Amino acid sequence: MRIPCYSWTPRVMPRIVTCLLISLLAWFPMAVQAQEDDGQALLEALDTRSFDDKSDAITAIIESEHERADVWLQALLDSDLQRLKDSGRFVIALETAGLDVTVEDAMTGEAIGEVSRRDLDRLTINNALRSQLRSAISLVELYNGEQDARLDAARRLIGNVEEEQVEPLTNRMAEEPSAAVRHRLNQALAVYRLNQGDVEAVEVLSGSLNSNVRVALNRATQSEDPLVVDAATTALADIEQNLKINRAAETLYFGLSMGSVLVLAAIGLAITFGVMGVINMAHGELIMLGAYTTWAMQQLLPGQPGLALILAIPAGFMVSALVGVAIERGVIQFLKGRPLETLLATFGISLILQQLVRTVISPLNRTVITPEWMSGSLVVNDALSLTLNRMYVLGFALVVFAGLILIMRHTRLGLEVRAVTQNRNMARSMGIRATRVDIMTFALGSGVAGLAGVALSQLTNVGPNLGQNYIIDSFMVVVFGGVGNLWGTLVAGMSLGIINQVLEPWAGAVLAKIIVLVFIILFIQKRPRGLFPQKGRAAEG
Amino acid sequence: MWLTRPFNERSTQIFLLILTVAVIAVTVLHLAVPAGHPLYVSGYTVGLLGKYLTYALLAVAVDLVWGYLGILSLGHGAFFAIGGYAMGMYLMRQIGDRGTYGDPILPDFMVFLNWDSLPWFWYGFDMAWFAFAMVLIAPGLLALVFGWLAFRSRVTGVYLSIITQAMTFALMLAFFRNEMGFGGNNGLTDFRELLGFDLRSGATRLGLFIASGVALALGYVVCRSIVGSKLGRVCVATRDAEARTRFLGYRVERFQLFVFVVSAMLAGVAGALYVPQVGIINPSEFDPIFSIEIVLWVALGGRASLYGAVIGAVLVNYAKTVFTGVMPDAWLFALGGLFVFVTVFLPQGVAGLLGHLKRRRDDEPSDSETPDKEATA
Amino acid sequence: MTTFLRKTHPKTSRVFSTALLTAAMMGTSAHAIAQDEDPIKVGILHSLSGTMAISETVLKDTVEMLIEQQNEAGGLLGRDIEAVVVDPASDWPLFAERARELLEQEEVDVIFGNWTSVSRKSVLPVVEELNGLLFYPVQYEGEESSENVFYTGAAPNQQSIPAVNYLHDQIGVERWVLAGTDYVFPRTTNRILEAYLKEEFGVADEDIMVNYTPFGHSDWQNIVSEISRFGSEGKKTAVVSTINGDANVPFYRELGNQGIDAADIPVVAFSVGAEALTGIDTSPLVGHLAAWNYFMSVDSDANYDFIDAWLAHTGEDDAVTNDPMEAHYIGFNMWVEAVQKAGTTDVDAVKDAIIGVTVPNLSGGSAAMMPNHHITKPVMIGEIQDNGQFAIVWQTPSTVAGDAWSDYLPGSRDLISDWRKPMECGNYNVVENRCMGSNAEEQAEEALAE
Repeated sequence: MRIPCYSWTPRVMPRIVTCLLISLLAWFPMAVQAQEDDGQALLEALDTRSFDDKSDAITAIIESEHERADVWLQALLDSDLQRLKDSGRFVIALETAGLDVTVEDAMTGEAIGEVSRRDLDRLTINNALRSQLRSAISLVELYNGEQDARLDAARRLIGNVEEEQVEPLTNRMAEEPSAAVRHRLNQALAVYRLNQGDVEAVEVLSGSLNSNVRVALNRATQSEDPLVVDAATTALADIEQNLKINRAAETLYFGLSMGSVLVLAAIGLAITFGVMGVINMAHGELIMLGAYTTWAMQQLLPGQPGLALILAIPAGFMVSALVGVAIERGVIQFLKGRPLETLLATFGISLILQQLVRTVISPLNRTVITPEWMSGSLVVNDALSLTLNRMYVLGFALVVFAGLILIMRHTRLGLEVRAVTQNRNMARSMGIRATRVDIMTFALGSGVAGLAGVALSQLTNVGPNLGQNYIIDSFMVVVFGGVGNLWGTLVAGMSLGIINQVLEPWAGAVLAKIIVLVFIILFIQKRPRGLFPQKGRAAEG
Repeated sequence: MWLTRPFNERSTQIFLLILTVAVIAVTVLHLAVPAGHPLYVSGYTVGLLGKYLTYALLAVAVDLVWGYLGILSLGHGAFFAIGGYAMGMYLMRQIGDRGTYGDPILPDFMVFLNWDSLPWFWYGFDMAWFAFAMVLIAPGLLALVFGWLAFRSRVTGVYLSIITQAMTFALMLAFFRNEMGFGGNNGLTDFRELLGFDLRSGATRLGLFIASGVALALGYVVCRSIVGSKLGRVCVATRDAEARTRFLGYRVERFQLFVFVVSAMLAGVAGALYVPQVGIINPSEFDPIFSIEIVLWVALGGRASLYGAVIGAVLVNYAKTVFTGVMPDAWLFALGGLFVFVTVFLPQGVAGLLGHLKRRRDDEPSDSETPDKEATA
Repeated sequence: MTTFLRKTHPKTSRVFSTALLTAAMMGTSAHAIAQDEDPIKVGILHSLSGTMAISETVLKDTVEMLIEQQNEAGGLLGRDIEAVVVDPASDWPLFAERARELLEQEEVDVIFGNWTSVSRKSVLPVVEELNGLLFYPVQYEGEESSENVFYTGAAPNQQSIPAVNYLHDQIGVERWVLAGTDYVFPRTTNRILEAYLKEEFGVADEDIMVNYTPFGHSDWQNIVSEISRFGSEGKKTAVVSTINGDANVPFYRELGNQGIDAADIPVVAFSVGAEALTGIDTSPLVGHLAAWNYFMSVDSDANYDFIDAWLAHTGEDDAVTNDPMEAHYIGFNMWVEAVQKAGTTDVDAVKDAIIGVTVPNLSGGSAAMMPNHHITKPVMIGEIQDNGQFAIVWQTPSTVAGDAWSDYLPGSRDLISDWRKPMECGNYNVVENRCMGSNAEEQAEEALAE
């Protein structure tokens, strides 16, 4: 019988002892050097159920300055530090394949090969240990890391400075080359001083938007020293004012970001629906195909999610455009002049495409990796940071929009499309091949949907239902903006996004959405052709 | 003078005859034939058929506005669901103190969400007459307000379709909210009795099946009399050329509004009969997808032919029952393919096909009721 | 039309039975021992299409696997077990219809099925009317105890309350965000938690933030930023998440991007399993928590055997197991044991026999069926690792019995459930000393009949 070394109940203590004995037995006969003895003992201390004891063990490892200490800590942080059940040997997991794990020896770093995961015990950590490990690693980095790492380490110190750290930190501040890091360290020390009741510290802290600073100032307002209370209150009022502005900026950014998603999803529809008069209910599925293309590209280029994402932009466009052409040729061309019936037929196509993805790929969501350069956020100040993935999507939406405007205004295709839209028969008699224009327009609209899918893969689930979640919103945006008007779509998308995000904090997400929908319904009653109605004959079409 | 006598029409007579025979046949086969006999109709099947009949009534309601008025409503599921909720609220109140917590007034979901009193819009639903009136009034009122706003400002064609979709979508989101007091996602369920009849007995289910048949027949006659009348002619004229009809001096929006409200009420009745048969009403009936599906039934059966709508609803739902049982994966392929096939190859639906065959046999000129062109202007 | 309608029924049933036979044959193809008697029929009522198919299909496969195993081990009472699979297509009314089909047409002896609360509520009247047996495998909001339903998933006291205890005692959380999808499970759980936090830990109103979002919510910017502001007031803050399904991926992604680290504001989720984490890059989520009664990473032989069998059954190396699968494993084995004990598959006999039945669970302990039709379960807290699995960081010292009626809700505080004779009541009010609701009436009728 295998003896589980891990178990929570106290009554199995003897088992742990047995485990220890077995490990000791396995360990003693080996000819080991002193260094390894120490290492083994240090790691041995980690193998305990109590997270408090583990915490002590980590401190011991940090203080031991063992040459492999950093490897261990990193492995522990990544949950790769494991132990063979039978021999008690500590190993570091390198790769997991199915039920087997490739490991190396934790002491020496020599490769061991594949081991069944049944034979491994993982040394688990919890959040407390994780932050202990991180701050240990980051404290080291404060002295010899890159500037960003140093800045981050200094930020972590705000509100967390202990008495014995004051002196080394003051020294460090004097040596620190970067002004930004120095500023942070200064603030960190000031918070410490403020907690000790030093009024002058408030001056250093005023204007800071850091939440720990705010907490410290708030605490200072409860102080017994009236001077401190006064200073802290003034500083806080100042900060509150500043925060309000930042919060407004943040809401605006949220709105623009949501708007950019709406614009991206709707702009392809604005072309097929607005220009061609085709109600393409399969538009959402064309978006979905773009997202799946991104996933497929990442599967083709493992390890290079960024490159795959960039390549997915043309690929997603092509895939959706081709499917769009197939839809146009296969179905829509037979339904000329019957827009409401295109709605039904394309709805059928959307069901087929969804089920196709479920059957061929999987009903489960697919993992699309966000490349390093797109994750995280751009820190404007302590109270305002703009998430990078959304910023890229916002930029991408604007680029796509500008590209479409250019195509419609300044290319022959755009000219022909406009001609066919305005008067099909006249355009044909002028020698424009209307059928070709139809195909090209539909391909363009569908391709743009594919682009939207590439972008959305970075924000939401990539699954068979992706398209359905956006189709209704897309129609609302196009109708609200005015069918056949690209600028209308941009303005509509952005304003709906902003309205939604402004309403959300006080109305809640659901109510905000309902209010927006009711608003659109009422707006259409007032202006049946949207914000920017099409003028002239085409409007009667 | 605006309404005709529909019973004089041959198609109506045939339809009513077939419906009556079918309902009686099912009843007899259910009651008189012993279980196990190949001709026996089980309680399960009776329930299934009852559900189909309510769907058929819903399809007739949609066909009335789409086929004869040219309004493609993508929100009729909302009227159906509201009728269903009105019935559901009555059934909830009928539970009385037999609920889990034994509260004589509050339904269970309100008790455990800590509501201390009944919201005002639940008042009166303990009385059958009030609830049944609301089955007609609530969807009718919504249609009246919505239609008045839309038709007055001449929102037509695609725009109208999209905003009907927005309406049902907004209602779905609203009914999903637990604060609304309609049971949120769980909806209303665990019904006990309707007008004193135990909903868990086979006899009540048979009664509901027959009631659904009667409702369908009545609904059909109402629609037929509208369609066959002068009012119906104006509707068809509006569908085919709204501007011209307007120029001829007809207040088009009034006709549209009237028919739209009647259609919504019929949908409400369908919903009210649907709920006790399936035993639950929840916001998923508001799903825009469901509303689009109803339109497919009509398209498949044959737009602008009321019996076509009935055929379409029964056919598609029967197919759904069979397919989701046999090959669940293939169902969406089949449904999707059906959409494409019908719109491209069968623009007149099954009814059109039947009419075509009949004309061929009789070799007589057609009585064109089907739309000449899409009304989008 | 007439002919059509008339033909419907025989045809329906024929088509159905062929289909079900095929399905059943596929389910038991590995095994074809001729049995004298008819097979025992087990109904499987899980959505195989529609939105819930993602979660429910694996449960259908699980029951099929368990049936296969049981048949290989010689069947039950000397008879083969046959799976009858139907697809309610994530459509709630269809659940009731299919349940009726299973019980009335197919005459199954037991049903394993349902995932969502609403589908269970839809099926409940049918199962009670036709006196069927339903094993429901998913954690749920409680506030229900039916004579015909066995709840093998967790009740609120087997999941949420131990989880907040852990956060409060071990992590020192003082400020709470209760975020959920707007449906009955989060609503009830959050109500219970709110009452519990105030009562037990004296948490003030301003230290609790409650937020509801719709299904499939994808724009989390505002809410996450609100959470981050709420958490930066100097008190340790945690998010208790009852966010359901698809909405989780964008939620966690936004958390990661806005830089909310598990070390600062941990999120403990009640509806996120390892399978929900497919479709998400887990590296920013490391350290966030989930509370379940089973994790795939549980270190026990029973679990490894189950995983091996599951991998073999699905033929996929990276197939994952989850908590509701374990619930079906327990439920199925309990039913088998109860049938053996009763010597028959008769519903009333099995219902009586199953109370007290104890079977092994997958975490090395055992689960017992309580008189209130809930089972005993250990509660575990897992932290997300960068491989998408959960490492168990805490576990209740012993198993916890499921409580149908929460002690922290005013309406249900006084209710208890006991389906043994003589009480036989799912909602007995101990203050008024009577059985509430419908069962009271039925009991009276029964008493009269006797």
